[in-house]
Amino acid sequence: MTYRYFPGCSLKSSGRAYEESLLAVFRALDVPLQELEDWNCCGATAYMSVDEVRAFTLAARNLCLAEQSGAAGNGGTDIVAPCSACYLVLLKTRRYMTEHPDLAQKVQAGLQSVGLQYQGKARVRHPLDVLVNDIGLDAIKKRVTQKLGGLKVACYYGCQIVRPFPTFDPAYNPTSMDRIAAALGATPVHWPLKTRCCGGTLTGTIPDVGLRLNRILLKEAKRRGADVMITVCPLCQFNLECYQNEIRRQLHEDVGLPVMYLTQLIGQAFGLSDSALGLQRLFVPPARVPAAQEGGKVANA
Amino acid sequence: MPDTTPTNGTPRIGFYVCHCGTNIAGTVDVKGLADYVATLNGVVVSREYKYMCSDPGQELIQQDIREQKLNRIVVASCSPLLHEHTFRHATAQAGLNPFFFQMVNIRENVSWVHTDHAAATEKAKDLARAAIRRVFSHKALEPKKVPINPAVLVVGGGIAGIHAALTLGNAGKHVYLVEREPTIGGHMAMFDKTFPTLDCAACILTPKMSAVKSHPNITLWTYSEVANVDGYVGNYKVKVKRKPRYIKEDLCVGCMECVTACIYKDARFPDEFNVGLSKRKPVYIPFPQATPQVVLFDPETCLQLKKGKCKQTCIEACDRECIDFTQTEEFKDIEVGTIILATGFQPFDPTKTPYYGYGQYPNVYTALEVERLVNASGPTGGEVVLRDGSHPKSVGIIHCVGSRDEKTNRWCSRVCCMYSLKLAHLVKEHTGAEVYNFYIDMRTPGKGYEEFYDKLLKEGVHFIRGRVAEVTDWAMEPQEEGKLVVRVEDTLIGTVRRVPLDMVILSQGLEPRADAQDVRRLFNISCATEGFFLERHPKLAPVNTFTDGVFIAGACQGPRDIPDTVAQAGAAAAEALALIDAGHMELEPNTAFIREEDCSGCKSCVPLCPYKAISFLEDKKKAWINEALCKGCGTCVAACPSGSIVQNLFEDEQIFNEIDGLLSELAQV
Amino acid sequence: MPTSVREHAEVRRKITYQAELDPQFGEHIAKMAYGEKLFSCIQCGTCSGTCPVSHYMDYTPRRIIAMVREGFRDDVLNSLTIWLCASCYSCTAECPREIKITDVMYALKQEAIKKGVYPKRFPIPVLAQEFFRGVERTGRNSEGPLMVKFFLKTNPLGMLKNAPMAMRLWFKGRLSLFEEGMKNKGVVARLLRAAKQAEGERQ
Repeated sequence: MTYRYFPGCSLKSSGRAYEESLLAVFRALDVPLQELEDWNCCGATAYMSVDEVRAFTLAARNLCLAEQSGAAGNGGTDIVAPCSACYLVLLKTRRYMTEHPDLAQKVQAGLQSVGLQYQGKARVRHPLDVLVNDIGLDAIKKRVTQKLGGLKVACYYGCQIVRPFPTFDPAYNPTSMDRIAAALGATPVHWPLKTRCCGGTLTGTIPDVGLRLNRILLKEAKRRGADVMITVCPLCQFNLECYQNEIRRQLHEDVGLPVMYLTQLIGQAFGLSDSALGLQRLFVPPARVPAAQEGGKVANA
Repeated sequence: MPDTTPTNGTPRIGFYVCHCGTNIAGTVDVKGLADYVATLNGVVVSREYKYMCSDPGQELIQQDIREQKLNRIVVASCSPLLHEHTFRHATAQAGLNPFFFQMVNIRENVSWVHTDHAAATEKAKDLARAAIRRVFSHKALEPKKVPINPAVLVVGGGIAGIHAALTLGNAGKHVYLVEREPTIGGHMAMFDKTFPTLDCAACILTPKMSAVKSHPNITLWTYSEVANVDGYVGNYKVKVKRKPRYIKEDLCVGCMECVTACIYKDARFPDEFNVGLSKRKPVYIPFPQATPQVVLFDPETCLQLKKGKCKQTCIEACDRECIDFTQTEEFKDIEVGTIILATGFQPFDPTKTPYYGYGQYPNVYTALEVERLVNASGPTGGEVVLRDGSHPKSVGIIHCVGSRDEKTNRWCSRVCCMYSLKLAHLVKEHTGAEVYNFYIDMRTPGKGYEEFYDKLLKEGVHFIRGRVAEVTDWAMEPQEEGKLVVRVEDTLIGTVRRVPLDMVILSQGLEPRADAQDVRRLFNISCATEGFFLERHPKLAPVNTFTDGVFIAGACQGPRDIPDTVAQAGAAAAEALALIDAGHMELEPNTAFIREEDCSGCKSCVPLCPYKAISFLEDKKKAWINEALCKGCGTCVAACPSGSIVQNLFEDEQIFNEIDGLLSELAQV
Repeated sequence: MPTSVREHAEVRRKITYQAELDPQFGEHIAKMAYGEKLFSCIQCGTCSGTCPVSHYMDYTPRRIIAMVREGFRDDVLNSLTIWLCASCYSCTAECPREIKITDVMYALKQEAIKKGVYPKRFPIPVLAQEFFRGVERTGRNSEGPLMVKFFLKTNPLGMLKNAPMAMRLWFKGRLSLFEEGMKNKGVVARLLRAAKQAEGERQ
């Protein structure tokens, strides 16, 4: 089974480390991820705010490309979207195309103009889903070369991979990421805010609200004893990590918690190099496995 | 009554069209219809009248039968469900066999569903013509009378079953009361006080429970279940399975010496009556006022029963030699005429709504658990305490848990607002804590219920109108540390609020029992879409089912409070008594029968009957249909390869005539 | 808190006359948001209770649904609420009537943008529209150029304030000022144009 990899716009710029670590980890697990040929932006929340039919049409083009490449005979048609927003937009498109025929008609008309036809054959997957359900925890465990020695991780799922379509994990108290962390030898921290919104684009547009949403998450994770927070969405990672200075300045809260991508953590446990995982791109120095640093604690930025 | 079947085929048909006010006449041209039918072959009289079901309307039919010597009657009006009986009766009163009557539905099937008047009238004409052709080949039939056995089976020993059993027993009828649990009392026995009077539940229930035990006309079988039901109204043959208590019931006096002497010095197993809040030993009595006052052994936890070796200190302690580990389950066969199902409800399991934290946070309780806490004979002796034994200073009660929700149960469970108010009062009384009720609507419709709500308002309980989205332990303020926090929109004041609480009580809804589908199949009744037992008519026949002789009462039919449950139980008992005192019941004669000479003995029909009415006679090698069990569904008639099964009122000739009538004026295409 | 006597005693009058309401608004939004279920709302307030930003809103999500249903079109489209919604779907996930509240919010955003009902430099619709145009032109979103355009249109001084973060991102290779492009240029523009036409025809 070859997965069609849909990076999405963020993974090519602010979320670059996500792509690097994702590809490295999947390569290490012998799971081929082929980038979808000439994909286009999924539209994220912005397109849906302006025009719905065009938003779905934009997303549907990517689904058609995935179908086509699957039909070309090199593997199944699963489109893997690491960015949670892309994941949800593509999944929602797939669902709504089946449930709302009048929408589907308009979208098909648009697709026809560029020679495409949506057939509904491509499934939309998130890397978390693929790791836990397709690759499996046993395979991941086998590949671990340096166990994370009880490193306390707060797994942050965010909103869009579990709501409104909880396909691979329940919406309340999902556990897939926690199970992976445990398989790597880390200790997942139990905390009640793992699916509470980080604010999305609000940190940039209405910082008074956005910063507070992030402060709540970071503060509680730290309070519960987390050494690091891990996430699977580039916008969540950006919000949680890159605004810590602003939070310190405006809200007088010194958080200083490293926020990494799940794939970076997995890569560390696999013994992959820092540069392969894009660790140097992090604002807050990453949590190190305890073998390299005493007590598994972390120096703040 | 004299049978005026013409012997050489001269039909004399009377046809009557009802206006039904404007219900029919507003859409169908009734006069045109009557005029048209008058032209048909065999029709002697064709009239239209405003309300055929009225006395004058029926008089019309009877007069015509007498004066015009009619031998067939057709009425075109509403659905047979409503007035077929009325017109058959009128026909019979005039001396004509009532099954020479045929009804045509031109209201529900025509005037109420079509708007094109001309087309509707044409359709009515077609249907009338079909009925005219059909009715000629009707035969004179006699409804079968079955006797009604005066004994009654009541299934379920909660307040509904108890009340029904006592009512019937007092009327002199013999009642078998079968209860699955080791004691009767049901959910009501678990409550502390009942709303709105705050009567002690046990105090009002236990006298009824002892009355049942000592009643000469009631056979009480607890720890028993119905295993099989055969038969039909008036003649049910029921097999009851009596589970082994390993105690000789008539010898045990409930002294509980065996419990004290049990090899387990400490109670170790979750106590079901206290909803798991306390522990019991393998030998136990469910609660102090259990009826019958007899202990029982739990085969899952008793060492002797599970492993076969124990010192059996219990046997030593019992001076009446009641204990008998060799007991096995026993089957009893009984014959009854009517059955009342009063199997009750089950409370909604809040693990299905994980965002309320039940099972995750220790101090989140269900309402039933708190009922046991406030009860003086409960696990904490009436102290409302948290899991660590301390008293809560702030308690939140969340309404509508599991109810009014598309994702769990769509319906409103009717009693939760009232019992939430009751718990608010009791908790406040026992602890002096600040109590917060989080509700969507306050539903207090019964007698004295609104006044009860007012009482609570005066007691200073906080009422916040807002459905709680989540119970969490995430604190934002110092005073929230270590507490359960509820974030809710106070919709009436118009602000979002965070309320820190020591204890959260989930007012769980009522839902049908998990085995409702199995039980309903046993008794051959239906369940509604939500899973409660289906009543024959929601307004006019709430305790009857579509199966004659089987009645339902109480929460098994829908969420219900105690006053309404008792009323329904009385109603079900009255329905049973009506049948019993009438002595017999008339069955609709639209049953199937087998023409023996044509039957080839292939047995194809036998397994098809949903009512197990067909049996195979080994000596004659022919199939035979028990008329009393047959419901006239027609499955065997259609399936019989040799065409030897005939159904009264639906014979081939009658059906083909009807079809001919419908199609005879089809325009040539 | 009002401080001056004049401010405190200022008499405000709040009454709504039927003529101010738009009786078709509820149906219109319900259709846009696949939500006849909108009319089943029992006003329980679960949505507001779970929404992480409800306490910043002028009208909570529950009130918005009530107002949409009753036709308070102008109040709703002028509210801050519809812009604050971050599409976290918590409300949709928890609503006991299964109303797609997030989709209602999107429909309201679309209406507001179509009607131009927001202050000229209000960041959120500006960001959405710049994003929209950028993708229409090149097929992909280029974060760097987008942010520059965004700040220029809403808050040019803000660009200076955010410069240090931008620099840091740039040094870490997480920011590019060049536009991302697709190989097949113009395909997205064509696609979107055809979709717009299809929508217009079937309206």
